[in-house]
Amino acid sequence: MNDIARMLRRLGGGVIDAVWRLGYASRFIAMVLAASGMAFRRFSLTMRELYFAGVLSLVIISVSGLFVGMVLALQGFETLQNFGAAEAVGVLVATSLVKELGPVVAGLLFASRAGSAMTAEIGLMKTTEQLSAMEMMAVNPLARVVAPRFWAGVISMPLLAAIFSVMGVFGGWLVAVKLLGVDNGTFWSQMQAQIDFRLGIVNGIIKSFVFGAAITAIAVYEGYDAPPTAEGVASATTRTVVESALAVLALDFVLTVFMFRGTGL
Amino acid sequence: MISPPAASDLVTLRDVKFGYGARTVLRDINLTVPRGKVVAIMGGSGCGKTTILRLIGGQLRPKSGEVLVAGRPVAKLNAEDLFRMRRRMGMLFQFGALFTDMTAFDNVAFPLREHTSLPEDIIHDLVILKLQAVGLRGAAGLRPAELSGGMARRVALARAVALDPMLIMYDEPFAGLDPISLSIIGDLIRRLNDALGATSVVVTHDIIESLKIVDYVYFVSEGRVIAQGTPAELKVSDVPYVRQFVDGETDGPVPFHYPAASYRSELMAEIDE
Ligand SMILES: Nc1ncnc2c1ncn2[C@@H]1O[C@H](COP(=O)(O)OP(=O)(O)OP(=O)(O)O)[C@@H](O)[C@H]1O
Ligand SMILES: [Mg+2]
Repeated sequence: MNDIARMLRRLGGGVIDAVWRLGYASRFIAMVLAASGMAFRRFSLTMRELYFAGVLSLVIISVSGLFVGMVLALQGFETLQNFGAAEAVGVLVATSLVKELGPVVAGLLFASRAGSAMTAEIGLMKTTEQLSAMEMMAVNPLARVVAPRFWAGVISMPLLAAIFSVMGVFGGWLVAVKLLGVDNGTFWSQMQAQIDFRLGIVNGIIKSFVFGAAITAIAVYEGYDAPPTAEGVASATTRTVVESALAVLALDFVLTVFMFRGTGL
Repeated sequence: MISPPAASDLVTLRDVKFGYGARTVLRDINLTVPRGKVVAIMGGSGCGKTTILRLIGGQLRPKSGEVLVAGRPVAKLNAEDLFRMRRRMGMLFQFGALFTDMTAFDNVAFPLREHTSLPEDIIHDLVILKLQAVGLRGAAGLRPAELSGGMARRVALARAVALDPMLIMYDEPFAGLDPISLSIIGDLIRRLNDALGATSVVVTHDIIESLKIVDYVYFVSEGRVIAQGTPAELKVSDVPYVRQFVDGETDGPVPFHYPAASYRSELMAEIDE
């Protein structure tokens, strides 16, 4: 009896804690949005973060995209061949990348490459009282430090996802056309004919944009909220990666449900 | 009977009470900092000196009591007024708190770039001037990671006075400095104060150095001001607490130990189990 009561109490406590944190985080993000003026008026601040979050993620994003595309082509070719539709491999590769794998995998990579770095940097600035010093100099750290990072993430994520998809299609082309001998013309023309701009590409961009906002929101919040100690920053960094990954996958499902047109309803 | 603060006082703390969570740090602090003076706040480690500076800067709000700066209650200002007030305050943080992604030069230039629209060549001259004053003009291009602790503190000092503030707060300006830079910084605090027509609050436990330069001293212990006076008064004071500080004795009214259960019972506890 006592055990059950204790369990319920712990569960309730956990839920209240989680809701409280969620509310607190939302309020924090609202404050960041309200303080975003400077990030655009002095765009050089955001440019610097675009470099760190975006440009420095290019290598891992391009290389991963290339490999994912190559694997997709290999796997797809085998299956499609059984149905005598091996030329459709281009469509398969491009559709999976643009609608799903591009935004999702790029999001997961972005969270572990750029999101974790943002959390660690902001957390360390807090630990070493740099944010406090900024406040005492009458400069709002939300406007000067957090908002530029947030917007850099929101801007760079769709671009990175697009690059991921382009590299993936290129990888698929390498494998399908150069390695497996699919006809070059069919590969491209089928892709062009089958992929709908709005249903495919626009939806993919919407996804990557939403993921970018979610990941950077989590990253800057965790950094700003980290306890000002070494362990505090370390566990905040881990939380960023875990929470972003869950957020990306859950949001992907929700967004896909909204975008789903398969039933013809 | 509450009297209004004299116009000549820049900072007034009245019956200030403050604690972190359940732990009360400041019980009842009363002190005033007259305009144009250099005032020291002294006390043992952990007695709440940094906390007092944060209260003056408006980063913390007192549980009760009032903190007045230039006659205005800091805790009641809205964000905009608070920032306007902070623009006229400089604070040297205990550990420097330099921005690690910027050079020493850019750190000192930071408040100028944020709050003025001066052209870059004038900012350059102003920054070099401040760095020269702390003897680190040659280190302008170094990053905080390449500076020693004492050098970082001096850069932070240059940054704190970059905007020629009316109130300068120093948190442990003397800690970790060699004897020569010690008296240089001491001199500097005094000269900056007088040259800028500013008012300074120096938090320190270095009594020898501070008695040379300050106008007035407050001793804080257990959340209260327990002694105060001019350096001349303190040197002849017979308050045991002050004597302990002035003579540098380890044992006396200032405990070396953080409050704890008795040492003997803690050591014996394991054996008893
Ligand atoms: N953020 C905080 N949360 C909880 N307790 C704190 C916090 N900051 C300080 N304290 C506690 O408040 C007390 C006063 O701290 P404060 O930093 O003001 O001391 P101090 O006089 O500046 O000490 P020192 O000379 O060592 O710098 C300390 O005992 C410390 O344990
Ligand atoms: Mg301190």
